[in-house]
Parts: sequence; C-alpha cells; structure tokens
Amino acid sequence: MTALASATAKATEADSLPLDRIDVSRAELFERNVEGDYFARLRREDPVHYCAESAYGPYWSITKYKDIMAVDTNHQVFSSEASLGGILIDDNIQKSGGGGMDLPNFIGMDPPRHDEQRKAVSPIVAPANLARLEGTIRERVGRVLDGLPVGKEFDWVPAVSIELTTQMLATLFDFPFEDRAKLTRWSDVTVAEPGSGIIDSWEQRNAELMDCANYFGRLWNERVNAEPGSDLISMLAHSPATRNMTPENYLGNVVLLIVGGNDTTRNSMTGGVLALDRNPKEREKLYGNPGLIENMVSEIIRWQTPLSHMRRTAIADAELGGKTIRKGDKVVMWYVSGNRDDEVIERPDDFIIDRPRARQHLSFGFGIHRCVGNRLAEMQLKILWEEVLKRFSRIEVTGEPVRVRSNFVRGYASLPVKLHAY
Amino acid sequence: MTKVNYIEASGRVHAVEAENGISAMEAAVKHGVPGIDGDCGGAAACATCHIYVDPEWLAKTGPAADGLEKSMLEFAEDVNERSRLACQITLNDALDGLVLRLPDRQH
Repeated sequence: MTALASATAKATEADSLPLDRIDVSRAELFERNVEGDYFARLRREDPVHYCAESAYGPYWSITKYKDIMAVDTNHQVFSSEASLGGILIDDNIQKSGGGGMDLPNFIGMDPPRHDEQRKAVSPIVAPANLARLEGTIRERVGRVLDGLPVGKEFDWVPAVSIELTTQMLATLFDFPFEDRAKLTRWSDVTVAEPGSGIIDSWEQRNAELMDCANYFGRLWNERVNAEPGSDLISMLAHSPATRNMTPENYLGNVVLLIVGGNDTTRNSMTGGVLALDRNPKEREKLYGNPGLIENMVSEIIRWQTPLSHMRRTAIADAELGGKTIRKGDKVVMWYVSGNRDDEVIERPDDFIIDRPRARQHLSFGFGIHRCVGNRLAEMQLKILWEEVLKRFSRIEVTGEPVRVRSNFVRGYASLPVKLHAY
Repeated sequence: MTKVNYIEASGRVHAVEAENGISAMEAAVKHGVPGIDGDCGGAAACATCHIYVDPEWLAKTGPAADGLEKSMLEFAEDVNERSRLACQITLNDALDGLVLRLPDRQH
C-alpha cells in the first residue's frame, strides 16, 4: 500500500510540470530516486528536450538509446573538449572560471590528442594484464568477504564496495597501500559540487585536489627516474604521448582514472546487492545456476548505470529527433534514461539476470570515449559474485539505501545488509 | 546462405551458415561463436567484434573503413592491416567460405 501510494505520488510529481519547466539536472531527483519518472516522461513526450534554465545554464537532454548512440559516435560534431566544458553538465568540474579548476585529461579531449593519451594508459586494462590481475583480485575479494560479520547488520558500501575498488586502484597506480583511503576521498571530491554533502565550497575542493596533485607529483618524480614499470603512473611518466604533459594535464588524467575506477564499480557492487534483494526470483535463478554470473554482471551495470550522464558540446549545428541543436549548445546524453528505453531494451525496468544481449547497454558509453576499463570492471564484479556465492546463501538488505546527491554519480552512500550463511 | 569460418586463437573452427545481408558479427552472435561480443549491436562503436580477415579474403572484404571503424580499431588490442570490425562486413554470395580469425580476447 505504501509502495503503491508513493509510486502514484512520484508519477504525479514528474507529470505535474509543464514540459519546458522540466530540469532533470537537479541532483536531488537522483537522491530521492525519482529521476526515472522524469526521464520516462521525456522519452515519451519530448525525447530530445531543451531546458532553457538550470543551475548549469541551458542544455539539451538526449534520453533515447538510439539518439544517445548517434551523439556518442559523432565526435566530429559533439566535442568532449574540456575548455568547452568537457564531459559533465557542470562546466566547473573540468574548467576554471566558475569556481573549479582546469583538469584537462583524455576523456575531455578530441582526437588526435585524446587518442595518443588514451593509448598511453590502455595497456594496463588489456586482456593480458587483466589475466595477470585476476588472481590478486580474487584473493583480496576473498579476504574482504571472510572478514565480514555473518548474521549481523553492517553497511555494505564502506565494508565491501569502497574497500575493494580502492584496493584495486591502489594496485593499478602502485599507490602506497596504507594511504589508499585518500584515493576514495579524491574520487568523491573530483566530481562533487558545493552542497553535495561532500564539499562545502569550490575553494575546499580545489585545495584538496592540490593535495592530490602534490601527492601524485611525488610519485611521478619517483617513477620517472626509475625503470619503466607496469603501473599507471609509470606508464604516464614514460610514454612519449604523456611524459611531457603539463602538471594540470597529469592531475586531470590522474583524477579521471581515479573516478573512472572508483565511483563506477563501487556503485555497481552495491547496486547488484540491492537488485538481487529486490528480485528474489532472480536470486533463485543465480543460486540455481552460477553460470549466469557473467551475464548478470552486464545486467547489473545496465540496471545500476553508475554514471548517469556524459555531456558534449556541439561544435556545429546538428539535427536530432526533429530538433536543431546549435553550435555551442550543451548536449547531455542521459545513459540512465537510454538504459530504460523500451524501444531497444525489453522490460527495461526489470532486473533480469539471464536477459538476452545483456551486454548491449549504454553504461560504458560508445564511440571513441567508451570506458577504457570496462573489462576490468566486469572482471571485478564477476569475481565478487563468484566469491559471494561460495560463502553466503543470501545478502539481505535490512534498510533503505541512502543515495548520492549527484546528477553524475548514480550511487549509494550506504546500504545496510545482513549476511546469511549456508 | 553464406558459409563463414570463424577460427578461435586456439585454432578451434566454428563453421556457420548465415543468411545474406546480415553482418559477420550478427552471424557469430546468432550462432553462439565465442569471442565476438558485439556490445554496440553493430554500430562500429565498441570494437568488441574485432577479427582478422584471412589474407586470401582481404581483397573481397576490403580493409577497415575510414571513419568510426578505423577510429575504434585504434583502441583495440593487437591490431594489424587485416583487422576489421565484424559488424562492418555484410555477408553476401561473394563472401561464401569467408575465413575470419579471432583475437585472444576482445578488449
């Protein structure tokens, strides 16, 4: 009854505004978990939607799967360039002038610079290196899971999701293991706006990012003077494409890799627990056939969509969905909406672990900026669930999740759970 | 129908009879050939259907096209002049007997 009443209330909220007043960039919509109702309305009534006024200025919302694909694969028209505002709806995350600082990095570049810098780091997540990492990941996942209390409530987010993703990052950077909590903090700070609960002001954010720059600057100096190693910092310090980059470009790439490897997988690790708890039939399927884990991992990544959007800036006029996007316009691809588009994905609101073609989701983006670490993310999630199934008969969610107040990171601040032994 | 032989890195051969007009990626996915993921559904936008065209067939398939196919192959693993995205090869009678070799894993 309560669920029904609140569902009705939510529908009313999203349907009550005139279309031109809808602003899906409001972070509190995501915190309250009602953004889906707004996107459902836009997909239905105005899939390429112009919002004239928002906290981030005017912007286009692209809400359908195929339109998102069209924008994502057309980097000649839809630029990622950081100096134009980069890849987030909030210009200040990658650009100075409005409070933030310049953080140029390869996700915020167009070809050819993008290609050169991306290629400098991509070998770390190439198949051969992933195979080498698999044993380490499995051992660590096992250790973290073995340290959890059984039959007693605890918060899954810090105990498992943050701990595992942070350990992974520390390994990829060969970052001092005892300081790894700093990586989590810098990840959160990078994509935070004042008022998000993470930082109070841009000054605070910039100061913390300068600490990050100094710390990583020391590591660069160590690595650049040593033989080339197989960690990300050494790769950046020795690759011809990146060894002469500016300190800002280095910091930009560092925070890109931190956020890319942290906020994303972390929230898919939590989202999977929530999805299985809310869908007991799918849990039964999984325990009946652990061979479904690989397919389920893709479904978790779609269902969760840990990054809600990516943004582009039009550098030429373009037609999309019957609308004319003008040169200079801000264009936001809402992956979280495209992943719920029933024109492409059947029963998109349902979590179905044996969904056919589960890999066809937008969460990693498409085109030249497609997530470089997607295979690593999938491997981490796969190992997590394989090791969970060996140890626990169920992860019971014992309270409501607390969601992050962000229009970018779609995730959880906490999720209370209780483990059941076999 | 067009016969396509997909050869895994291990040497295992998957011979598939596919209808004309679909892509070599779709044919592989339809017939459960392992190692071709096709995450983007055929838009040359993910590079998870990277294959090597057997030298004898390269003249008929042609090399990777300028634009997105070439751009995406830039970021795949172990790319060479015979690399293509299988989703960009449309099957037809002229390709009957086509031989495609798979990489170790898609990246």
